[in-house]
Amino acid sequence: MTSHASNDRVVRVAAGQGFWGDWLEAPRRQVEGGPVDYLMLDYLAEVTMSILQKQKERDPNMGYARDFIGAIESVLPALADRGVRVIANAGGVNPPACAAAVREVARKHNLAGKIRVGVVTGDDLLPRLDELLAQGHTLANMETGEPLSTVRDRVLSANAYIGSTPICVALSQGANVIVTGRSTDTALTMAPLRFEFNWRSDDWNRLASGIIAGHIIECGAQCSGGNCLFDWRGIPDLANVGYPIVEGHADGSFVVTKHDRTGGRISVPSITEQLVYEMGDPHSYITPDVIADFTTIHLEAVGTDRVRVFGIEGRAPTDKLKVSIAYKSGYKAVGTLVYAWPEALDKAQLADRVLRERLDRLGLKFDEILTEFVGVSATHGALAGAGGGTETPEVQLRVGVRANDKTTVERFTREIAPLVLNGPPSVTGFAGGRPKVEEIVAYWPALVDKSVVETQVEVLA
Amino acid sequence: MKVRLVDIAHARSGDKGDTANVGVIALQPQWYEILERYLTRDRVKQHFSGVIKGDVERFELPNLHALNFLLHGALGGGGTLSLKTDAQGKVFSTALLRLVLDVPDDVARAATLPGVGPR
Repeated sequence: MTSHASNDRVVRVAAGQGFWGDWLEAPRRQVEGGPVDYLMLDYLAEVTMSILQKQKERDPNMGYARDFIGAIESVLPALADRGVRVIANAGGVNPPACAAAVREVARKHNLAGKIRVGVVTGDDLLPRLDELLAQGHTLANMETGEPLSTVRDRVLSANAYIGSTPICVALSQGANVIVTGRSTDTALTMAPLRFEFNWRSDDWNRLASGIIAGHIIECGAQCSGGNCLFDWRGIPDLANVGYPIVEGHADGSFVVTKHDRTGGRISVPSITEQLVYEMGDPHSYITPDVIADFTTIHLEAVGTDRVRVFGIEGRAPTDKLKVSIAYKSGYKAVGTLVYAWPEALDKAQLADRVLRERLDRLGLKFDEILTEFVGVSATHGALAGAGGGTETPEVQLRVGVRANDKTTVERFTREIAPLVLNGPPSVTGFAGGRPKVEEIVAYWPALVDKSVVETQVEVLA
Repeated sequence: MKVRLVDIAHARSGDKGDTANVGVIALQPQWYEILERYLTRDRVKQHFSGVIKGDVERFELPNLHALNFLLHGALGGGGTLSLKTDAQGKVFSTALLRLVLDVPDDVARAATLPGVGPR
């Protein structure tokens, strides 16, 4: 670890995972490809917590992102020998179990003495939900205004988004693997910068800089050439894409880069595409630590695959925390069939009419039924024009239904296959079997007073 | 002059609930003014009429030569409720780039905008 003494020193935070399911190779490549101080791994999306909650109900030792254990195993030598520290929200709804699994892996490799796991808890509001409602916290839906009581009996998980402070505490207590529950994605990057440079908790501009550093790298390669529309053909060697690294400075400015001899590209356009991603109101990017103002960001190309980011301003946060609540909301299924030339779209359209007439006759009532013609209108709808001339090589018919009643959705899944023999011709692509019925776990965003959420930090030596 | 947005901007999109967030970035810094002036909230709302159910908000980021649009009611309920292929609004970016702007000839010439034509 670099010392705290010098003012112009650089702290390197590397992103190794942009979501649960991201490239398994990335964490190891980040710690082996060149110098890094911290490895940041983001595993949690909006509905991930509810999936983890279901797993925990089946087995009290589960409920965390299992991929993380493999990731830790792949970077253990760097942790033990080079002092790289790992920060991840892989704990899901069970950070203690995740921590135990990390320690088990360390023991297996005879590195138990070198791994100190910091566990951050307190974000899980599920056990306290009725108490909070009774105290008058309505946890109203931020989009619809409805009080949580309308879906209370269907709630699967409820977690407050927590900020950088508990992570900084764990770092100050010497943890080198930090496992949190529902930390914000951006806090995972901002916390080590705040800790290393000793930023005050009201140093809004620097904290906002750290948050924007986090926003840029939280989606992994999406800022370094992945999913980049700008000059997409010209982006080199995506097979070997380099995940991003923030080189943070004490003044809050930072450079986004990637390891040498990796593919992809870091440029002003690639960074800008990621900055606007899911940005919302750019004047008010609200986090538990600070409100960042994206209209103050300055970008400057300072070398090959190096972009400097500076000038960022922030202001004091609100007295609320966002709460991510997941609740059961019925069932859905999607069925597909592929129709071939000639007149592929006409055939798919007839199949859709036949299917709908049969569903009607069965008296099935859906909350929604949606037909898309993949190859013609699934992505841009009417904006793509009429499409589907007689020469269209093929069209996929894709029909989705949603209903509260599971048997209704199940019945729908039995109506797709028959179309292969008793519907329009030139049809194929049913090899996958009957569509799967999926229980819908919907997302309920709410706010809660900061004062009711208390985080805890424990460092396990 | 007709100017295709895809020839003067790039874009990225994603979701926030039932809202699609579409960021549009000028390909040349000097084209940002064109975006700011002609890619209005109303023009975007008109472009997506029949495709989205709610309103459109626009935010300006001159520092990034970008505009950010929030398209409400765009994702069939959003998240896991949505039955759409693009439930997370990932390709609303290029859907917006289909838009064709009407820019006065003198303004277009002064900004050296590429006109409509084969790419």
